[in-house]
Amino acid sequence: MKSKLIFSISRSLLLARWKQTLVAAIGVTFSITMFIALLGFMNGLNDLLDGLVINRTPHVRLYNEIQASKIQPIDRSVNYKNSHNFISSVKPKNERLEIYNNAAIMNSLKKDSRVLGFAPKITAQVFYNVGAIDLTGVINGIDVEAENRLFLFSDYVTAGNYIDLKNTPNSIILGKGAAEKMLANIGDVIQVTTTKGERMQLKVVGFFQSGLQEIDKVQSYASITTAQKLLGESSNYITDIQIKLKDIVMAPAVAKGLEQLYDVEALDIQTANSQFETGSFVRTLISYAVGITLLIVAGFGIYNILNMMIYEKMDSIAILKATGFSGKDVNRIFITIALSIGVFGGLLGLLCGLGLSGLIDQIPFNTAALPTVKTYPVNYDLKFYIIGGIFSIVTTYFAGYFPSRKASKIDPVIIIRGK
Amino acid sequence: MGTKILEAISISKYFHDPVRIQVLNQINFSINKGEFVSVIGKSGCGKSTLLYILSTMDTDYDGDLIIDRISMRDKKEAELARVRNEKIGFVFQFHYLLNEFSVLRNVMLPGLKLAKLSEKEVEAKAYEKLKMLGIENEALKNPNQLSGGQKQRVAIARALINDPLLIMGDEPTGNLDKKNSEVVFDIFQELAQTYNQSLLIVTHDNEFAARTHRIIEMEDGKIIKM
Repeated sequence: MKSKLIFSISRSLLLARWKQTLVAAIGVTFSITMFIALLGFMNGLNDLLDGLVINRTPHVRLYNEIQASKIQPIDRSVNYKNSHNFISSVKPKNERLEIYNNAAIMNSLKKDSRVLGFAPKITAQVFYNVGAIDLTGVINGIDVEAENRLFLFSDYVTAGNYIDLKNTPNSIILGKGAAEKMLANIGDVIQVTTTKGERMQLKVVGFFQSGLQEIDKVQSYASITTAQKLLGESSNYITDIQIKLKDIVMAPAVAKGLEQLYDVEALDIQTANSQFETGSFVRTLISYAVGITLLIVAGFGIYNILNMMIYEKMDSIAILKATGFSGKDVNRIFITIALSIGVFGGLLGLLCGLGLSGLIDQIPFNTAALPTVKTYPVNYDLKFYIIGGIFSIVTTYFAGYFPSRKASKIDPVIIIRGK
Repeated sequence: MGTKILEAISISKYFHDPVRIQVLNQINFSINKGEFVSVIGKSGCGKSTLLYILSTMDTDYDGDLIIDRISMRDKKEAELARVRNEKIGFVFQFHYLLNEFSVLRNVMLPGLKLAKLSEKEVEAKAYEKLKMLGIENEALKNPNQLSGGQKQRVAIARALINDPLLIMGDEPTGNLDKKNSEVVFDIFQELAQTYNQSLLIVTHDNEFAARTHRIIEMEDGKIIKM
């Protein structure tokens, strides 16, 4: 009953000054619209740029690296325990890059509940033979289906069908840059030489474009069996296991565990790509800062309008107090006014923000570097809408707080006697 | 006479700005149920100041104020607002109607605030009060469509809505012409006689005062005749 009365008084005061109210609400609407559109767009771009790397990068990568043993024979000797070791230029011994016992590792990964999936891989250094010239390159032998499921391989195959890589024996999907250099078309047969001097002829079934030109000039893909054949290795030869986790945040911990368990190198995505996270973080921070600034400016608008309203309504406030409304009631009336501006303007802003995001989403955006993107990317995360909504209410509350307190402190005697 | 509904016990008040001046000096008096009392005195004698203290709106005074056998000293702002809402009706020199609301709604507001009756009942009661004052046909108009006399009658209806113990008036006829003053006075007199309503009216108009039950005359912050 009481809040109903306060609500009805607030509404009457609001409607009596509907033009001012509208201006205040439009201020909030505008800032929330911009807040939503800006954050949606910024995060869309972030996702796109991160996706370039994160989609293609395993959360944890298991591999062997050729490196000198950390514990040298001299360290094991009891005789020289307290001596200084000044042997320099220690060289690694010729070790295989293969992951030992990889079948057992993959079996246990299958059972690991933290793992979403994994894809084995072979990295082979090769030369592409173009007439008399050799171009350096890397052929990745992949499990085509697993690679596509986990790392969206087909998105980056711009010509040809990715599954042909599995179905056609001795086939290759060339990097776009490499293909251009070799003047190779789909259906052509190219020749590659391994570092050990083995030669092999491969049929081009598609082109691959990651968006990172340096990579596209060098990298190509073949099926895992083709790669094993190319290297002259047995069918259990694997150099990398790429793991995708259910929760990316767990990557460093999982990597550490696997590294100790299987005596292999394990690289987590956070360590491998720390610069991307920093970039995304800074971009997000900037968009929040701009959005919040807009809201605060709108808040000052509301503050001004409420202040003016209170000066205009001095008499009304005085008589309300004289006839039995307490300071708290008056305070609540003006807070209600401020909040209704905030809620109304905010809701409209959220809708307009969604509309503007939708509009940005339709603008064509073609770039050679990003074959899968046709329009500007927009993120429609509900989180931004919730934050925008909460912020519009919080700012209008504070914008209304001080004028309301002033109104509640008005002394009716001074106003009434002043007439 | 009836029971005491309001009692002032040695009320004094000072203005502090720019220098300390005593505006009320040891005011003692009481009002009984059903009395029609007027307060007269020259400009600046402190009669309005006294009225605002008695109305509980001004709390900066020495002494004690008893309304309906309860002391108003040491009451909180919200409690005083409740007392004003329930027990006191106001009529000012200026009507102070809210232009955002219809006449009916203006009259209803203090009743809705009291919330003892449902909205429907308050509305019926407001109609009844407007009818009593002969302006029920104006109920749905906006206050700014009414004449000065009509507005003052709406203000009186608003003062009556919660059946207050006491109606206080600060120069309620001060802004009205002779004819309308007469109408307002007649209303007050009828309230006092027919409905046994207690009234405390501050006025300049000696003619008006002469027709009330009792006159309190003030000079220089003191009561000189009661």
